[in-house]
Amino acid sequence: MTDITFNGRVFPCADGDTVLEALTKGGAPVASSCRSGVCQTCLLRAVAGPLPEAAQKGLKDTLRSRGYFLACQCQPTAPLHIEGPGADAAPLSATVCAITPLNRDIVAVELRCTDLPLYRAGQFINVFRDPQTSRSYSLASTPGLDPHLTLHVRKFDQGRVSSWIHEDWRLGDTVTISGPVGECFYLPSNPDQPLLLLATGSGLAPLYGILRDALRHGHRGPIYLYHGSRHEDGLYLGNELRGLARAHKAVHYHRCVSQGDVRADLRLGRVLDVALADHAEVKGWRAFLCGHPDMVKQARKRLYLAGVALKDIYADAFVRAPA
Amino acid sequence: MTEALFQKIGGEPAVNIAVDIFYRKVLADDRVNGFFEDVDMEKQAAKQKAFLTMAFGGPNHYTGADLRRGHSHLVKRGLNDTHFDIIVQHLSDTLRELKVKPEYIAEVGALCETTRNDILCR
Repeated sequence: MTDITFNGRVFPCADGDTVLEALTKGGAPVASSCRSGVCQTCLLRAVAGPLPEAAQKGLKDTLRSRGYFLACQCQPTAPLHIEGPGADAAPLSATVCAITPLNRDIVAVELRCTDLPLYRAGQFINVFRDPQTSRSYSLASTPGLDPHLTLHVRKFDQGRVSSWIHEDWRLGDTVTISGPVGECFYLPSNPDQPLLLLATGSGLAPLYGILRDALRHGHRGPIYLYHGSRHEDGLYLGNELRGLARAHKAVHYHRCVSQGDVRADLRLGRVLDVALADHAEVKGWRAFLCGHPDMVKQARKRLYLAGVALKDIYADAFVRAPA
Repeated sequence: MTEALFQKIGGEPAVNIAVDIFYRKVLADDRVNGFFEDVDMEKQAAKQKAFLTMAFGGPNHYTGADLRRGHSHLVKRGLNDTHFDIIVQHLSDTLRELKVKPEYIAEVGALCETTRNDILCR
């Protein structure tokens, strides 16, 4: 017999019972389907306490590293503190400490948190305009390299949060954000694996963080970054990325535009098409995707069909909210 | 009885390898991939793994009612016996590629057959 603490309530768990059974008996049922550890419907997150190995079997490595487990497969032998998925998105205060234009539509915003939460490069936070209105922004900063959280915010004409950030935010303002969430980040488990990073527009933000995080961890395999936009003026951080490519032989940086003229330093075509034209053999690679939802969806499918394992494709499924 | 088949095929590690090959075949097949579009690919792959585990005689708690509930929206969109046969064929081809013995593949096919009427909501 041991105890499970779930959302602040304590549930007794009889020997041999799973977390799913204990919560259901205690009157806090969790959604489940196969009850065999396969369908991942009953995914929960442990914040304290040891997890039996079986509880995390078959989960993506980024989920495992953040304490996610399957309630139907978890027979706890010691007290366990757990929460539902997404509970780590609770609000925090942050101070705006820099606003830097990156191109015509995109600014970099740096946020200082008194208690900088632990995070991984590539995760995202939610920015709250009011308790009902928030938008997700990926982090472009890398822990250990950058002192603050950095966002790349593109202004949408009808964007209720993005135009507020662009027009009303001033240095020193206090703003409300969530803790970092998301499963799109680098783990140093396979340092020789080729990495393919595909970004469109401000989707460069998390990949810029991931690229520098991979280098910081001593990644040895080649890293191919393709950044695309309709026109050249939609691209940004070109000097920084060219600098990284010069300093690290493994880094290959390609600027892609879907309209306009081809030049020596500019590729014509969508990022996915250009990348697949360059690399016929992507089996065994790891891919990170961020940007236009159609690009992410197409890339996930085409890379998988081209032989990339699903577990090696990282992209957060947040969808740009309508204005 | 079927737990033995699951072990003979190679258990959970075999399912992990098979699902990657199987789901790729399904997604590449224009005759059936329409039923697998517009869903989260990760979740879809997890469901395919559940299906393969069941088809291999492995541990599962799916009931006929679960299978009906999970497929009724697809039956409304036209899912029929032809599609079911194509999916089973992709599964057999996958197992052949993995050099599973023909008699085990036949057993998997027979297990799939027991789910046909529930999946097609008849």
